[in-house]
Amino acid sequence: MAGKQENPFKYIDRPTLILMLALVLIGWVAIHAAVYSPQMGGPFNWEHAAGRQAVWILTSVFLFVVLFSMDYRLFEGMASISYILMLGILVATIFLGKEVNGAKAWIQIGPVGLQPGEFAKLATCLMVASYLSSYDVRLENQTTQLISAFIILVPAFLIILSRDTGSALVYASFIFVLQREGLSIIYLVLGLATIAAIVLSILIPAPYLYGSVGVFMLFYVLFSRRKKQATITAITWTGASTAIIYGVQYAFENILQEHQKTRILLLLGKIEDPSGAGYNVNQSLIAIGSGGFLGKGWLNGTQTKFDYVPEQTTDFIFCTIGEEWGFVGSTVLIILFGLLLFRIIHIGERMPTKFGRIYAYGVASIIFFHVLINLGMTMGILPVIGIPLPFISYGGSSLWAFSILMAILLRMDAGMRSTMR
Amino acid sequence: MNSYNRVVLMVFIITVFTVFVGRLFYIQVIDSSYIEAARNNAIKKLIIRPARGSLIDRKGKLMVINRPFFDIKFVPKNLPLEFDSLTFCRLMDLEPDYFTKRMAELRKQVGYSAYRPQIFISQLSVEEYAKVQEGLYHFPQFYAEKTYTRNYPYGSGGQIFGYLGEINQDQLDKDASQYYNPGDYVGITGIEKEYEERLRGVKGISYQYFDVKGRPQGRYKDGAEDVAAKAGENLQTSLDIELQTYAEKLMTNKIGSVVAIDPSTGEVLCFVSAPTFDPNKLVGRNRGKTFAALAKDPLKPLFNRPIKGASYPPGSTFKAINGLIGLQQGVIDVHTTFGCYGGYNGAIHVGCHAHRSPVDFEFSIQTSCNAYYCNVFLRLIDRNNQVDRNYKDWYAAVQRFGIGKKTGIDLPGEVKGNLPTAEFYDKVNKGWRWRGATILSLAIGQGELGVSPIQMANYACAIANRGYYFTPHIIRKSPKNKVEKHQTGIQQEYFNYLVDAMEKVIEGGTGTIAKIPGVSMCGKTGTAENPHGEDHSIFIAFAPKDNPKIAIATYVENAGFGATWAAPISSLLIEKYLHDSISRPALEKRMLEGSLLHKYPGYINPNPPATKPGEKGDQPKPTTNDTIKPQAVWPVNRKTLSSTSIAQR
Repeated sequence: MAGKQENPFKYIDRPTLILMLALVLIGWVAIHAAVYSPQMGGPFNWEHAAGRQAVWILTSVFLFVVLFSMDYRLFEGMASISYILMLGILVATIFLGKEVNGAKAWIQIGPVGLQPGEFAKLATCLMVASYLSSYDVRLENQTTQLISAFIILVPAFLIILSRDTGSALVYASFIFVLQREGLSIIYLVLGLATIAAIVLSILIPAPYLYGSVGVFMLFYVLFSRRKKQATITAITWTGASTAIIYGVQYAFENILQEHQKTRILLLLGKIEDPSGAGYNVNQSLIAIGSGGFLGKGWLNGTQTKFDYVPEQTTDFIFCTIGEEWGFVGSTVLIILFGLLLFRIIHIGERMPTKFGRIYAYGVASIIFFHVLINLGMTMGILPVIGIPLPFISYGGSSLWAFSILMAILLRMDAGMRSTMR
Repeated sequence: MNSYNRVVLMVFIITVFTVFVGRLFYIQVIDSSYIEAARNNAIKKLIIRPARGSLIDRKGKLMVINRPFFDIKFVPKNLPLEFDSLTFCRLMDLEPDYFTKRMAELRKQVGYSAYRPQIFISQLSVEEYAKVQEGLYHFPQFYAEKTYTRNYPYGSGGQIFGYLGEINQDQLDKDASQYYNPGDYVGITGIEKEYEERLRGVKGISYQYFDVKGRPQGRYKDGAEDVAAKAGENLQTSLDIELQTYAEKLMTNKIGSVVAIDPSTGEVLCFVSAPTFDPNKLVGRNRGKTFAALAKDPLKPLFNRPIKGASYPPGSTFKAINGLIGLQQGVIDVHTTFGCYGGYNGAIHVGCHAHRSPVDFEFSIQTSCNAYYCNVFLRLIDRNNQVDRNYKDWYAAVQRFGIGKKTGIDLPGEVKGNLPTAEFYDKVNKGWRWRGATILSLAIGQGELGVSPIQMANYACAIANRGYYFTPHIIRKSPKNKVEKHQTGIQQEYFNYLVDAMEKVIEGGTGTIAKIPGVSMCGKTGTAENPHGEDHSIFIAFAPKDNPKIAIATYVENAGFGATWAAPISSLLIEKYLHDSISRPALEKRMLEGSLLHKYPGYINPNPPATKPGEKGDQPKPTTNDTIKPQAVWPVNRKTLSSTSIAQR
């Protein structure tokens, strides 16, 4: 180890830290409001979510400080070990996990339950950064692409096995990391096209889809000048579309669980059920929508406080913000997230090492996906997928995981800036 | 590496977040439907039921009040998991499985929530609650909630007051003002029904927050939009509750009606339908059971005889009307006499009892001569051979006494009785030319005539006032309650003759048994044949003769002569009302204890006793101590009408 280590706190990226702390505090205040009742006592009551969240916040600060005091060069070396360890824990969770809300995603350690899935993102992020930054790895290479996909998809697959499909979706966010590192944008476009195809496959009965693909290809061949080549292209595309349509419909019918199917169908407007499966989204929309421009004011929300919105401290915490702080407050929160993400990308771009940059992009992508899925769900534009809103939602695992994620990022940034000087 | 690689994620972030802000702007600022939805979710409108108005008697005594009852309530979710329902039921003096049964019952109810208070035991009286209270102390999850039900301190007047019951779907559908909610109590009969809108008050509204499990969470806007409940009006009635109670006592074990009216105002003083019931038994927990028993009773205690008992023929009391009409229309004058030798002997025979002859107007009333009124009636109807016109005139004249039409008393369900029309007789006689003799039974108040006791009392008022009466009413006159004056269209001088004659009825005629020492009283007996058994005993009277304060009509079913039961009962009531004391305890005792129940078909004596005072009371036997002077000879051998001589319908 060359050179004397300077105090890393001196080089900490203040804007990121402030944004992070602001979000955590907003979350804590919102959680308090979501469960508030005049009889409950102060916000430090262990009986209530806000009181417990205070404990999670303090422990997170402790974790952050501990990690921040470590040597930043250790993290890269810990990547593979932590990744492999994490896979082991995920496998163990499938068998030993405690079932909560249908998912076997919890491990009970003493008085606290932890969700290994939350930490798996962190390990995967480190592993992807470590692999892609290693010597002679180029994403133009098909082998590299396959290995990257493998690293990302194995934990996702294990999480699906523990029936926590929602959390597994977050792993799709790594596409942004790969894209930044040189993966052709075609993959991203293909990914979006696939989502569109999936939605269409669910919405439109198969015969119409096959029919329209066939007609489209027929016209393509007829109006093409080079008939032979066009025919080959058309047959290839028809085959591919058929495979997608069939695959999606098979997956939809056989792989997805009943409640997930219902959620997707609800979102796509195929079914309507405000009291049953659509209840959550409906209540969430009522809570946010009733907030109006300026909101009802802190502790004055009725929909979250009186439990009309389910999971109002965790997955649906944004409802409290929307109801009590209105359009102005919600927009401020979204802007804060935007600023944080841009700052993380900025940190990534100024990293002198590839590992650092990839890791930063990983962090930004993970946070972005969480925000995207969570807010999209509460606003009724995405299906109900139970993942927390980073820094805001109640929950120890989530807060710890994001704190560690950020601590490592900020530590590397601070460390590198201090040595560059 | 392409240059756009760096910006893709940022573009995505900006795009997604812009969409989010747009979406938020739409649902929070543009679409206002969510505000309404949130209100509907969390704010519930609670109805505050006002206290129902009380009823006060003419002297200011409370007759109908609200009495506290206790509902034992609990929130099922608050019970501990291993709740010892057995000990609980034992301490609460309940059947061991009451808890289990009640829980099963509650769970079946629509809208049941384990988080909301449920009624464990409903409507405990103060005494019942006192017993339970001690046990309750050990179970803090249970608590008592005060509610109010009707209470009747005198236990009488059930038929007038009516009762309350839960509103039914039919009434809810017909409620145009949308005032009622399911579960509300409304007046089903009597004053409770007639004055429902004034008694019920105005409901209050309170907006409260409720959480998703239905637990109240405080008032909305601290009650700024709440509406306070307005208690119902306390109504003063014209009843004399002590007279009412006394009358009900006198009518115990008899079937019939007593209606007393202050003729100077039309105010109803007492209103008895016997047999009656204690209205206190129609509230509280046993209401259903009591009601079923009353409804099944063959003596029909729920039937309001004074206004619905329209099948009563008025009997001889009706003679006064025919006499007055005769005088007014000039077919007789007060000196006109008719001979009576055992009755009327014309086309048909109408029997009469033994009395001197010939008979003039005054004596005809005094002795209740059948023959006299047959002659008067025939003159009225057959005059100039214009039967149809004459009958219509007669019909109109009778109707002006309030007979054959509703009196308009402020009680629901009054019937108009039966005063047959000319068309009716045309139809019955199918082309035959009917005339006076055909319908001669009307002369003596029999035949198709049906007069309700309230009409009868009203008619007594018309006589007492010498020519007019006021619409009878129970709730005192006020700007809201207009009282009409009705003229009978008969000259006052004819009434004066009649009143003198009716005084003689008491002084030395068919009604001497009713004589009250020191009171100048006028009356008329009646004995009505009827197809249901023995004759009905009827009496109408008023007193004092000048400036009458009370007019009364009494019907005692199947009790024999008017003088045996109806006259003494009326007399006691008049004395009670005028003097507030009874000077003839022996007569009172006989009336109080006399039972006629054995005479009624369908009556089953629940406990046949070896001795029953007054059992043989249908023939009063004046005892030596009786204050009645034995000058009365008429009641004994008189029979108004021989049932074989006139074809009863």
